[in-house]
This record gives sequence, structure tokens and C-alpha cells, in this order.
Amino acid sequence: MFTSGLDVEERSAAGSFRRRAVCFAAAALAGAALLSACSKEGEEAPAPGTAPAAPASDSATIKVGVLHSLSGTMSISEVAVKDATILAIEEINKAGGVLGKQITPVIEDGASDWPTFNEKARKLIQQDGVAVVFGGWTSASRKAMLPSFEELNGLLFYPVQYEGLEQSPNIFYTGAEPSQQIVPAIDYLLEQGKKRIYLLGSDYVFPRTANKIIKAQLAAKGGELAGEEYLPLGGTEVSTIISKIGAAKPDAVFNTLNGDSNVAFFKQFKDAGYTVDKMTVLSVSVAEEEVRGIGAENIAGHLVSWNYYQTTETPENKRFVDAYKAKYGAARVTDDPIEAGYFGVYLWKLAVEKAKSTEVAKVKQAASAGDIEYAAPGGLVRLDGKNQHTWKTVRIGQVRKDGLIQEVWSSGKPVQPDPYLTAYPWAKELVAK
Amino acid sequence: MNEVLLHAFNGLSLGSILLLISMGLAFSFGLMNVINMAHGEFIMAGAYTTYVVGQHLAPLVGGTDAGLWFLLALPASFLVAGVLGLLLELTIVRFLYGRPLDTLLATWGVGLVLQQAARSLFGASNVQVSSPSWLSGGVVLSGGVQLPYKRVFLIALVIACIVAVYTYLHRSAGGRRLRAVMQNRQMASCLGVRTRRVDAATFALGAGLAGVAGCALTQLGSIGPSLGTNYIVDAFMVVILGGLGRLPGTVVAALVIGVANTLLELSTTASLGKALVFALVIAFLQWRPTGLLALRTR
Repeated sequence: MFTSGLDVEERSAAGSFRRRAVCFAAAALAGAALLSACSKEGEEAPAPGTAPAAPASDSATIKVGVLHSLSGTMSISEVAVKDATILAIEEINKAGGVLGKQITPVIEDGASDWPTFNEKARKLIQQDGVAVVFGGWTSASRKAMLPSFEELNGLLFYPVQYEGLEQSPNIFYTGAEPSQQIVPAIDYLLEQGKKRIYLLGSDYVFPRTANKIIKAQLAAKGGELAGEEYLPLGGTEVSTIISKIGAAKPDAVFNTLNGDSNVAFFKQFKDAGYTVDKMTVLSVSVAEEEVRGIGAENIAGHLVSWNYYQTTETPENKRFVDAYKAKYGAARVTDDPIEAGYFGVYLWKLAVEKAKSTEVAKVKQAASAGDIEYAAPGGLVRLDGKNQHTWKTVRIGQVRKDGLIQEVWSSGKPVQPDPYLTAYPWAKELVAK
Repeated sequence: MNEVLLHAFNGLSLGSILLLISMGLAFSFGLMNVINMAHGEFIMAGAYTTYVVGQHLAPLVGGTDAGLWFLLALPASFLVAGVLGLLLELTIVRFLYGRPLDTLLATWGVGLVLQQAARSLFGASNVQVSSPSWLSGGVVLSGGVQLPYKRVFLIALVIACIVAVYTYLHRSAGGRRLRAVMQNRQMASCLGVRTRRVDAATFALGAGLAGVAGCALTQLGSIGPSLGTNYIVDAFMVVILGGLGRLPGTVVAALVIGVANTLLELSTTASLGKALVFALVIAFLQWRPTGLLALRTR
């Protein structure tokens, strides 16, 4: 019945169809990326001349922004951090709030798209008048938001480990910088007698910067670079890289892969015959949450470096893990960025209470004494007065068969943050660049 | 010697993966000219079907290790993705034949909807599918070189798919009708072939093949809502290089790209290797815009 209508249309288009289809497909692939960026541009931008909303502290509640990717590729990691931030806010509200006022979270979706992060950050500061924003994951999203926070004098708590060499006056960094994660991890490998290190990472800013630091460190400490390879972000074809690693015969692989590539790498690494006793992989972007996607049997025995594990033995952690599972389900796990997303809210609360105000300048002033500290699930954390990073305990862990991570080495006390690696003579060249 | 064998195997293996992900697209895009941006999401649907079968059916048929469930997951993935494809064809695509830009946007939108649906159903995190014990490990050659069973299995699966598709197209009544409609729609229609039904079946078949690819890929990569986006560009590249409307072209293109990518990556780096492959494909299409094995058209 309806064939006839269809055929009329087809007939008219039949002629040059094949060639056109090719063009359209090519345009499609390029266009898809553009469209996703454009469609979000300009949305929610405040009308020109609109005055920023009244300071949040004047009203009955205090508004705070929560800005993570709830959709798109990064939502794999960021949804859990948002959940932890919300948990902390609810706990604080239950205990009476901040300065006697309840906290109202304004949740925005960064959609794994860096311009969107910037748009939403501006919206939170200008339209909602939030006192602080908790959010971001990738360095790209932080770098996209940074100019807006500085221009509009907002305040950002950034919860993820990153490559260091940055210090914005409007950002508090609650994740580790290299001297709290990467540098001790390399030291640990060298102490274990693993001198020849192969560097494997995703092809973007964090792994490349991290590997620059590692290469300087290896050169200074008698280690040896066995090779260096980068996989396009999201790439899953790792067989050639595994062959190259096999040919280089390193003592250990230092892995800065991010996201889905880790799953492909560990599955295929094991199948290529590299069991953990033959070659150890130390990862810095694989936590409990990622282990679930990789499959514990594929990664058990390999090492990771973080500041917190679900198994970390503190009374605060037991309470935190119980509360998180009670709220979000027993199958959920906690990990380092989740913990940082959680205690960041408490650090901000302590700073606000000390300042007796949510004004950015006063909060920063309160934190500058360097005495804002909190008994976080992973042990004591303290905001550094000078560089606005966080004193954290460094822990090397080994992945267990049940998917949790067992600590095998710890710094024993919070390590002073040093984002520009000023304490390491071998890092001078890096910082100068 | 072993090194050479390993690299040849890697190239062949990458070619088989590329063929697996693009074979379905060779139907919807290659034969029907539908720029199907939701193809990646059909792959994802296949992967999640495998996950569900592994979670719920595996304990009933001998457990995860025995791996009977995985053999059941293959047809299940084909069916689920095929039904999704059929629904997409019946509700959206059939109104848009001959309008490539509109199908492009519509299927892309459907792809986003399917991604977010997976996120709501299964959560944003990656999920894990265990491997049957007979797919773990590999053939050990001397010199510590090991060819993973999973990749051997993938190559075998691809060959099985090629044989099945060839048999269907050239040895069955349905396949004959399909070829007739794709070659001359009016004539087929005049001779009593219900072209609408053939369209729907072809699109569903393409989606089903994507589902099989998704099932197989659970053994190699991640299983998450955005899984399909990792493969869609490669799939289009293979189909376009092979020449639209030519299934043998798709097979050759997949092997050529697989081997070229492996060799180029070996002598350079992963990112540069991939960029070089893209550059070579573009250069080749400048020279022969219709692809490797194109139909002669007037």
C-alpha cells in the first residue's frame, strides 16, 4: 500500500545518490562533533546587563553549585562524585547547616563537554549566585572553567588528582597533585627494584605532563625509560601497544590511561599472556569504580596509587562507606575522587564557619592560615594556606580478587602539597618551561 | 619470525574487528544509503544483551566459566539489536528514505536517546562481562609470544558471519529479493516483491549484525553507554573505503585498514598511526571516490 509514495521519492533521488551519500557521511562525522558543541553555546547565558544575584548569604539558605558530567562519556566517573557531594551536603544540613543556614545544592550537568562546563559555571555564579561550586573531573573541564572563576571571582572545589603545575586563586584542589601520587609511586617502584619503566598513557594533557615529570624523576634517580606510548583517548585497539611493551621487556608499566581504554588494555594484556607475576602495571587513574568495569579478575594483583581506598581503616571511613551504601545501594563502591568530592564540602564548611561568611575573599582569607583541617575518611586532610591544595596521605594499593584495593604502602602522614614540585631539584627544568 | 607472525596476526585481528563492526553498516548505509548514526548504539545494545544474558542466564546453563551462555548470547544479541533496528526503521527511517541529511540527524538523535536509556537502565558506570574459560589465555608460541584465544575466536566469528551473509544473499529467497530491490526497486516492485518489507528486513539485519559485533566486543573492550561512539567512525571509514553497495569491498577494506593500521602504528605511535590511516584513506578516495570495489554506475 504505502510502497507507491515511497517510490516516488526514491526515484527523484536515485541518480546522484551514491556520491552524495559519501559526502553526507563525511560531513556527518565532522558535523556531529561541531553540533554537540554549538547546540549548547549561548544556552542559559544571562541577559546582558543583568546584575549578579544577591549574595547567597543574605537569604535563608546558602546556595552551592554541583557541576559534574551527568551525561556523556565522563558520566561513568562523575556521577558517583556528585552523589558523594550531595551526601555530604545532606549530612551537614541534618547537623544544622552552615552558619545556621541550610545548604541548597544547585545541580548542573557539564555533559562531558568543556564549553558546557564553562557555560554552566558562569550560570551558577551569575544567575544562581552560588557561594561555591563543587565540580569538574578532567583537566580540560577545569581549564575551561578556570578563567570564568577568576573573572567572576567564584570559588571552585576540584576533587580529582591532576597533573599539577597550576595554582588558581579561585580554586581549592582537594585531589592529589603529582608529588602526592605520581612521584611517590615511581619511588615505590624503584625501591622494589623495578628500574626499567614503560610509560603508557592516553593522548592528552594529564598523561603527557605526568610522563614529563616521571622522565625527569627516572633520570635523576637511576631509573630507566623502557618506552613511552600514547593511545588516543577512548581507543580500544591495544594489541600493537602490547606487542611493543612485550618487545621492550620493562620491569613495570606505569599506566596513565584514562576511561574505557583501561578496560581494553587490562583485558587484552592478560590474554596476551602477561600475568601480574610477569609484569606489574601501576595505574594512577584506576580506582575501585573503574575496577568494576575492568573486571577484578583481569586486574587483580596490579598496583595503583591514590590517597584513599574503600578499605582504608579509619572510623570515619567505616561511617562514610556505610552512609554511602545506605543511600545509593550496597553494590556501590567508594574511591578516591568520591572521597575528595565528599570531604571538600566539609573543608568548605569549616572555612566558611571560620570566616563567618560565604564571601569568596573572606573564605580564602580564613583558609590562608593553613589551619582548616578535617578528619576525612582517608585520614586527616588540611587545606594548605599558600597553594590552596590539600595535605593528603599517599597510599600505594594492590587490587584484590574481590575488586577492592588493599594498601601495601603508605606515607603514614599527610604529605604537603607541592604543585610546582619546588622540593625536587630534578623538576626545576619542568617548572621553568 | 615469531614477531612477524604476531604482527600479521594483530593486523588480521584488527581487520576482523573492523569487519565485524562495519558489516551491519554495509547493509544500512552501503546498500540502503541510510546514514545510520545509531549503528554504534546497536553495537552497544548487543553488548548489554550479552551482559544481561551473562548475569541472568549463565547460572542456569552451566555457570559463567562453561561459556554455553556466551554462545546463547550471540543469537540473543542479534535478535535484540535486530528488533531495535526494526523498530527504528518502522517508526522513523522509513519516512526519511532519500533524505540523507534528515536520516543523519534523526538517527543521531536516536543514538543519543539509546545511550541515555542505557545509562538509566544499567547506570553510567561500565559493567563487566566475564569470559568463558575456553576464551581465556592463548596459543603460546616460542619466545613468549601468545596469540589470545579471544582474537582467534573473533576471526572465526567474522568468517562465520561472512559465510552466513553470503549464503543468505545468494542462496535464499529472502536474499534474492533483497538484492533485487537494491538493484532495481521499481522492477522488483512490479514483479510482486514487497519492497517495504524488504527494506525493513534489510535494516533489521544490519542492526542485528551490529548486535553480534557488540556481543563479541565485550571480550575485548569496555561495556558502557558510550561504547558505540568508540567504533562508529571506524565503521563508516571501512564501508566508504570499500565502496557503497559492495559487501566484498567492505571485507577487503576492513583487512586493508587493519593491516595498514597495525604496520603504521608499529613504526610510529598509536595516535600518529591512526592519523596516517585516515590520511591514506582520504587520499585514496580522492583518487577513486567510489572506493575499492565500487559498482560501475552511470
